[in-house]
Amino acid sequence: MTAIYERELDSQLNGLTGYLYGALVLLFAGIYVMVYSLEGSPDFTSVLYSMTFILLIAVPLLTMRTIAEERHQRTDQLLYSLPLSMTRIVLGKYFALLTVMAMPLALVCVYPLVLNALTTAGGVALKSAYGAIAAFFFLGAALAAIGLFISSLMENVGLAAGACFVVMLLLYFLTPLAGYISSSAVVSLISFTVLMALFGFILWRLTRHGGVAVGLSLALEGALGACYLLWPDRFSGLFVQIVEQLAVFDRFDNFAYDIFDIRALVYYVTVAGVFLFLTVQSMERRRWAS
Amino acid sequence: MIQVSHLTKRYGSQTAVEDLNFTVEKGAVYGFLGPNGAGKTTTMNILTGCLAATEGQVTIGGYDIFEQPLQAKGLVGYLPEQPPLYMGMTPREYLSFVARAKGVPIRKLDDQLDYVMGVAGVEQVADRLIRNLSKGYRQRVGIAQALLGEPQVIILDEPTVGLDPLQIVEIRQLIRSLGRERTVILSTHILSEVQTVCDRVLMIHKGRLVASGTPEELERQFAGKVTYRLTVKAGPREAREAVEPVPGVTEVTARQGEGDRAELTVSASDTGPDMDERLSFALSDKRIPVLRLEREQASLEDVFLALAQSDPGPAGGGEKKARRIRRGKEERS
Repeated sequence: MTAIYERELDSQLNGLTGYLYGALVLLFAGIYVMVYSLEGSPDFTSVLYSMTFILLIAVPLLTMRTIAEERHQRTDQLLYSLPLSMTRIVLGKYFALLTVMAMPLALVCVYPLVLNALTTAGGVALKSAYGAIAAFFFLGAALAAIGLFISSLMENVGLAAGACFVVMLLLYFLTPLAGYISSSAVVSLISFTVLMALFGFILWRLTRHGGVAVGLSLALEGALGACYLLWPDRFSGLFVQIVEQLAVFDRFDNFAYDIFDIRALVYYVTVAGVFLFLTVQSMERRRWAS
Repeated sequence: MIQVSHLTKRYGSQTAVEDLNFTVEKGAVYGFLGPNGAGKTTTMNILTGCLAATEGQVTIGGYDIFEQPLQAKGLVGYLPEQPPLYMGMTPREYLSFVARAKGVPIRKLDDQLDYVMGVAGVEQVADRLIRNLSKGYRQRVGIAQALLGEPQVIILDEPTVGLDPLQIVEIRQLIRSLGRERTVILSTHILSEVQTVCDRVLMIHKGRLVASGTPEELERQFAGKVTYRLTVKAGPREAREAVEPVPGVTEVTARQGEGDRAELTVSASDTGPDMDERLSFALSDKRIPVLRLEREQASLEDVFLALAQSDPGPAGGGEKKARRIRRGKEERS
């Protein structure tokens, strides 16, 4: 695993992407520190809150190559033939990504201390400042796992970056977008129906097993219909609620209000775990298909 | 060392490998021989765990490649069809990465790197970027990578492709020397390679094992007929009439040669040495001077082509057959 980790770290640091991410973080940390912390109140959490949009660009950049490039260059055959489990290979790559993401944040960790040294009265609340930095890192970690998964689905690096960017954008604007969805029960039902059909389609694409895909999605649709007939009132607003649960970026909000939200961190770790698991599955599936 | 039983691989409705059974013993060089698309690469990918089989079992050194993949893969070094190289690394960096990923202990690392770079002949390019290396050198780096970790089994998919003639000779010598202590499996569609390098041949056609044995065994087994090429001083018809009644002769074609000579091609079912004499006596009885008599033994190539052509069907097939089909199409159009 360490060999995979080191190679991945090397390739991130030999290319531009790692430095681009570092430059983005430091540039915007500088700008926002100037705007929020030096001009106004000594508030450091808003700096990180405003910086989250960097991840929209940084995550696709950092993750696009990870697996898509291996597939493109046919080096994935080496990974498959190594006496290493796929979990270790994926984790090695993931930890390399985390290391790259943590590097500029380590520098940002110095900022609150500098600010406190400069101001005489009050200063930055260190606890919430470091809480917010940690939360930023965990948010990045969750998004990186999603990016890694998307990269594992693609063979084209550009396509992986594009798809990842679209997903990041959707996640970023999920809550405002969810506001446009009507919260009526019927709309929920229709949305779920569409989702089930989509699930069936993805299942068919992954397994190439038409019967199972159609059967399973029909069964789910049936269960959905039964639920709707039994508890129609439960359905109102349900879809919107679920969509809001998926808003990864919004979990950061509490940290901006100086609240250390341990549930958000657990949520980020869970998202990362789920997508790392999916990445391993997507890699294993390649053994069966192409 | 390797046991393959009832191995089948299907891609959707296409069957790439069907019910393959064979055993590979330790300390020999095995050649996978077959026309393009016969299933050589698919089989090798399954043996190395890069691909999952639809059905069947593969064990390497007693470990099942599907059930205990890590132990099985630890015994194997693999060079895929396209060497899996990271273009942005130098061969030294790359080989050191592969060695550590294969779990070579740090204290052995330098020795192993020196050894594989030495035998593969990549020392002089060790610190240049792989991106800038020629195809031959990239192939050598790929071979060096397969040798790391002292694997018991070395699997090479078309190892000499892209090398110049001198390099080919070197790599073949390397394979022979590796085959003394370890097991080497290589795939090729070059027959001379099989004859010079391999101890045993596994001939694959359309995903099935059609023949196996030493190259000599295969030649003997399939040498059910001999072909003679003769040049005689006579008319084609006259010559043919003289030869046809000879016992053992199955087919005669005669054509007009230079001047008053005829060129004969005689197929005979009798492979013994008497056949030569009977032919020449038959001709001298008719007072036809024999200017040339050549006996053509069935070579591995003949075996290969015979097998490739024996199975009717549109896909695959030997080159000769493909050429014939193409020619047929041209004539029709």
